[in-house]
Parts: sequence; structure tokens; C-alpha cells
Amino acid sequence: MNIKTRKPKKTTVIDFATYIGVILVFIVMNTLKNQGMLTRSLTGQLIPICCYIVMAVSLNLTVGILGELSLGHAGFMSVGAFSGVVAAMSLQGAIPSEPLRLAIALVVGAVFAAIAGTLVGIPVLRLRGDYLAIVTLAFGEIIKELINCLIIGVDETGLHMVFNVTGSKSVNDLGLSEAGRVLIKGAQGATGTQTISTFTAGFILIMISLVVILNLVRSRSGRAIMALRDNRIAAESVGINITKYKMMAFVTSAALAGAAGALYGLNYSNLVATKFDFNTSILVLVFVVLGGLGNIWGSIIAATVLTILPEALRGFDDYRMLIYAVVLILVMLATNNPQMKSLFAKLIPVRKGDKVNGQD
Amino acid sequence: MKKVISLVMVMALVMCLMAGCGSNTESATTATEAPADTETAADTETEAPAEGGSFYIGGIGPITGDNAIYGLAVMNGAQIAVDEINAAGGINGYTVEYKFEDDVADGETAVNAYNNLMDWGMQVLVGPTTTGSAISVSAKVYEERVFALTPSASSPDVTAGKDNMFQLCFTDPNQGSGSAVYMGANMPEAKVAVIYRNDDAYSQGIRDTFVAEAANQNLEVVYEGTFTEDTATDFSVQLTAAQAAGADTVFLPIYYQPASVIMAQANAMGYAPTFFGVDGMDGILTLDGFDTSLAEGVMVLTPFSATAEDELTQNFVAEYNERYGETPNQFAADGYDCVYAIKQAMENAGCTPDMSAEEICDAMVEQFTSMSFSGLTGTDMTWSTAGEVSKMPVAVVIENGVYVTAE
Repeated sequence: MNIKTRKPKKTTVIDFATYIGVILVFIVMNTLKNQGMLTRSLTGQLIPICCYIVMAVSLNLTVGILGELSLGHAGFMSVGAFSGVVAAMSLQGAIPSEPLRLAIALVVGAVFAAIAGTLVGIPVLRLRGDYLAIVTLAFGEIIKELINCLIIGVDETGLHMVFNVTGSKSVNDLGLSEAGRVLIKGAQGATGTQTISTFTAGFILIMISLVVILNLVRSRSGRAIMALRDNRIAAESVGINITKYKMMAFVTSAALAGAAGALYGLNYSNLVATKFDFNTSILVLVFVVLGGLGNIWGSIIAATVLTILPEALRGFDDYRMLIYAVVLILVMLATNNPQMKSLFAKLIPVRKGDKVNGQD
Repeated sequence: MKKVISLVMVMALVMCLMAGCGSNTESATTATEAPADTETAADTETEAPAEGGSFYIGGIGPITGDNAIYGLAVMNGAQIAVDEINAAGGINGYTVEYKFEDDVADGETAVNAYNNLMDWGMQVLVGPTTTGSAISVSAKVYEERVFALTPSASSPDVTAGKDNMFQLCFTDPNQGSGSAVYMGANMPEAKVAVIYRNDDAYSQGIRDTFVAEAANQNLEVVYEGTFTEDTATDFSVQLTAAQAAGADTVFLPIYYQPASVIMAQANAMGYAPTFFGVDGMDGILTLDGFDTSLAEGVMVLTPFSATAEDELTQNFVAEYNERYGETPNQFAADGYDCVYAIKQAMENAGCTPDMSAEEICDAMVEQFTSMSFSGLTGTDMTWSTAGEVSKMPVAVVIENGVYVTAE
């Protein structure tokens, strides 16, 4: 990373190659999709892939750029998903336009996740290393349990909410009128959600997160954040405000995860809090580690490949997840092999653009 | 040496990817035409098999992971039905092709599995097996007009607002209130403790209706304990509290896996109430490493009993035993019945394989809301326009490791 920052030109090239790559892939996929050339299986995965890419890219900001291990990223996704679903469903009557409602849901999801990020960030970012990892992990679990207790409904008088801590309350305690609808039924999650997510919205969200993150990383603030990562004491000694920059990265990351969550939540008619458990956080972390810490386009490719892979392996039936795990281990080993690395290093000046474009 | 290893690894990786893509491109041929022009898609399907075409029936359920017993049972049960139908001359003279996809009981994977089956050319869906997956997929089948009959997804949300999604099992409210009615009639004076999983749609749904109905039945609910997916390994707190509250019946509206832990722990602490379960408890006898003597005396409310005397059940149980080496549970029977219910509807409607999924769907919806079907899990079942089935539950008791119909 240090070498890259000393040669700004190269990073600019990589950034633009990333943008162009994503745009090209979107155009190609969208054309193929509209012409019915894609399999149903792949078409159905386009939106989840977009969500996971944004998740991976945003987690990369915390783990790769800020250098703090966060194991609760799915928690932010969960906050964004449920607040986004509530926003989109409760505005169903007021705003008939689906794209507009989706955009509002994404913004609401991002805002709520950012609030959660701030609340968690204030105490948590005082910790370092293992402690931070453990606390973020706990945060993810807390969010899951809280949403399990949440019952939300909407009628013409507005939102009704019951917090079902003892487990003895049910939908009937909401006091909804005849025209009311239940949006989140506690453990049963959000059911009957109108699915309004689109691939185009997913693409726009990816572009926004890329612009936000790449610009943040290459800015003065971004250099301060990376200085924190590389040597906290040195950074502090030159007057960098640790809390400010840590919070900046952490909250940005949380907000983007929230938007991704909202997009994800509005892609399925059923959404349960248990989906966003520890395993999902680890899955996203695997995308980041596999793509390379601090490497944004690496995260994009890793998220895409690892989302498609389990589906592509359906031919193996029962051994599907076993082979998935083996592939994962092999890729980890192969990308960490010094010979492979030097091979890539030789190829990179020539193939940089190709690799980004050829991510499919 | 390192070079060799890395070369081997890269080769293995490439092989895996190629194999994965291979299966994808294979199914792609039918899929590319399917959305664009249903007629040509149907044509290619009729030409593919040798004699006059086949119906493509798909299935979705967990065949790996924690809930695998349900998916496997449905898959095997339906497979037996399909083989029997094909051996007996098929539906309207056409054979049936059957394919089952894994969804790990996860909504996202279930939608992927559904899309995968649509690439394959599925015309009718038997599934999904679990509730969460079924709700996710039901939105898709409604949108794309594919007829779906779920063997075991029991939440009313599965069928709510979708005219082409039907259930073969009882709904959760029916199971909860059915259990309360049964207890009220057969074990009055019972002091009931309920232990349920409050982060699970299925468990919470049954608990809600059970407790509501228990009040009408003069049942005394003395204790309610909850657990979540993450705390499903230790129930000593709940069991001690239930024992302290004087409960002599423990109602467990949960899946068999945590139920097995509860029974083992209750046994270890010397607490021996009557355990009462619903359809999720079915499968406990085939759980690996579970001491079936612990389940002795457990009552299960289920529509299917493997010890029933009728010929249909006997034949099915014998066939299942021969093929898979175990006694079929309710889910296997549900899967079996689903295929036969679809067969009956298709025969009544005179469906042919060259009809598109949408045409078959319309015909099936009409048939299902008007026909009555008798199978393993009930006689004279009928369906409401909402997609819910009406049939009678049967209470069974586990004696000597097998289900016996209770009095």
C-alpha cells in the first residue's frame, strides 16, 4: 500500500480501471439479460451479487484500509435491510413509483445503519485488535436478537411497534386498524415484502460505494486513516485525530452495508433476522481476505466468484459445499504463494485492465 | 516440489470451475428459449425424451445442513411416487421427470434452486420443504405463474395472497390449536409447559395459536420457556423451571434436533413428563446418534402413521424401507402424496407436456380448488381457494421405537 501511495498515478489508473470494469460488466450483463441470453439461475443471482459486492467493498474499508477486524458487518446489513423494508412497505401507498421507493429505502437503510455504526463505534473503537473483533461479533448477535423481538405494523395512522422481549406478545398486540398490515413479525421476520430491487439499482449502489470509498481512500482523510493502520503511535504524534478518522471509516462502512442490506431485503419476499448471523459476517470477511486486504477490485471479484460458485457447483449434488470449501482453501493457498505473486506482479502492468474487465 | 503442488492446485481449481460451468451451460439451452417463447421451449422439451415427452416436476428442500432429514424424506417419498407412476404408464401416458435441488433451508438459496429448476424446464414444483424458503419462493412462483404444492411448509404466510401456491400439510395455526384441542379432550388436568424457539417462524407461530386455544380448552399453561438457534444446546434452565412449575406435560412445537437434546437432558435430570410434539418432531427416530428409548412415550400430532393398517401405507412403508433402510416419516408421506395429488389434478385436467408451465398452472389451480384427494396423509382432502388443505390430524405415540396410533 505504501508503494502505491507514493506513486499516485498508478492508483488512479487502477481506480479508473475498476470503474470502467464494473460499468462494462454491467452493460454486458444487462444486455445479455434483456435478450434472455442468461440462465435463470444467473439472472436471479445478479442482485444478491451486487449486495455482496457492496458488503465486501465496505468491509474492506474497515478491515483493509482502517486495519480493524470487524466481525459484525452482517449486523449493519440487517439494520439496513429491516429499516429499508419497513420504509419501502410503509410508503407503498404514498409513493407509487417503485424506483423512487427503492431509492428512499436504500437511503433509510444507510442512515439507520450509520446511526447503529456511530452508536457501536463510539465505545468499540477505543478497543483494538482481538477485543474489537469480539465486541463487533457481539454487536452482530445483539442486533439479531433485537430484531427477533421486533413486531412492526402499519396502518393509516402510522407505524405501530411492539417490542416483544418476553416472547409472550404477538401481532394482535399492535392494535392495528382493519386496513393495517404487519411488516415485521418478530422471529418470523418480514414476510410478504414487495420485491422491488433491480439490477440497475444494484449497479448504481456499487458505483456509489466505489466513488465514496475510492475517493475517501485517496483523500487526505484516507491517508490519515491508513497512517493510523500502519502505525498508530506515529500517526498520533503528528497530530492525527484518531477517534475522528476511525469513526469516519467505520460509519461510512456501516452506512454502505446498510444500503446493501436494504437492496437485499427488498429482493426477497421473506427476510428473517437469523439470515444475518455470524456466518454471513464471516462470508463477507472471506470475500475481503480472498480479494486482498485494501484491494477494492479484488473484493469485487472475490464477492462475485464466491457467490456464483456454490450455485455453479450444483452439479456435484451432496458434495457441493465440500468442493466449495476445497476451492476456497486452494485459492487462499494459491494467492498467497510467493511464486504466484511474483508471476502476477510480472503480468500486472500488461493485464491490469483485462483482469478487471474479465471479472465475470 | 512447490511448483508441482501449486500446479496441481491450479489444475484442481480449473477443473472445479469447468465442471461447475458445464452443468450450467447444459441447462442453459432450454432456459434461453423458455422466457422468450414458451411455445418453442415446450417444443424442445417434447422432442428431447424418446416417447412423446415428459412432465418436468421439480422439488426443493434441505438435503444438507441441520434440517436435512426433512428435505431427504420429501425427496425420497416423491421419488418413490414418481417411479411408481412411470412404471404404471405415467400421467396421461406421459412419463414424469423429477429433479430435487438443495436449499439448506435458506431463502436466498431456495430462490437460486428455484431458478435452477426453471432452467431445467420445470413445469410444476413440489416444494419448498421449509417455511422460510417457501415464502421466498412463493413470491417467485406467483409472479411467474408456476404451480407449486408444498409438502410441509406450514405457515399461512406461504399461501397468503397467492392463488397458485398450495399446501399439503396443516397450517401452523391448525397444528397449534389442534394440539390444544387434543390435549383438552384427552388429557384434562394437564399442567403444560411450552418450550419453543422464539427466533423461528414455525415454532413461534404454533406457540401463539396453542396458547390462545389452550385458554379455551381449560388447559393450564404453567411455564413458557424460549430458546434461540444459538442456545439450542442446553435446556437445563428451561427444564428445571418447568419441573419446578409442576408441569407434567411439555409441549414442544420445535424441530426434532433441539427436541432430542431436551429429552436427553430431561432424562439425565430425572424429569419424566409427557412430551408432546407436532410435525417438526417427526424424524426424531431417524436422527443419527439419538437413543430412541429416550423418545419412548412421546406423543406427536401428525397426519401420517407408518403403522397404519391400510394397504397404501403398508406398501409405501415396505418400499421405503427396502430402498432407504428406514421407516418413512410424515415428510416422506407428504412428498409422496404431493406427486399423486398433482397426478390426479393433471389427469382430471387432461394436461399434456407441451403445455407451458403457465397453462398447467391455471388448469391445476382450477382442479385443486374443486377436487378431493385421498392419499397416505389423509382421506378426502380438499383445498380452499387460499391454498390451505383440510384434513384430520392423528396423534401417535412412540412405542418401542415406532409410531403407534394413540387412542
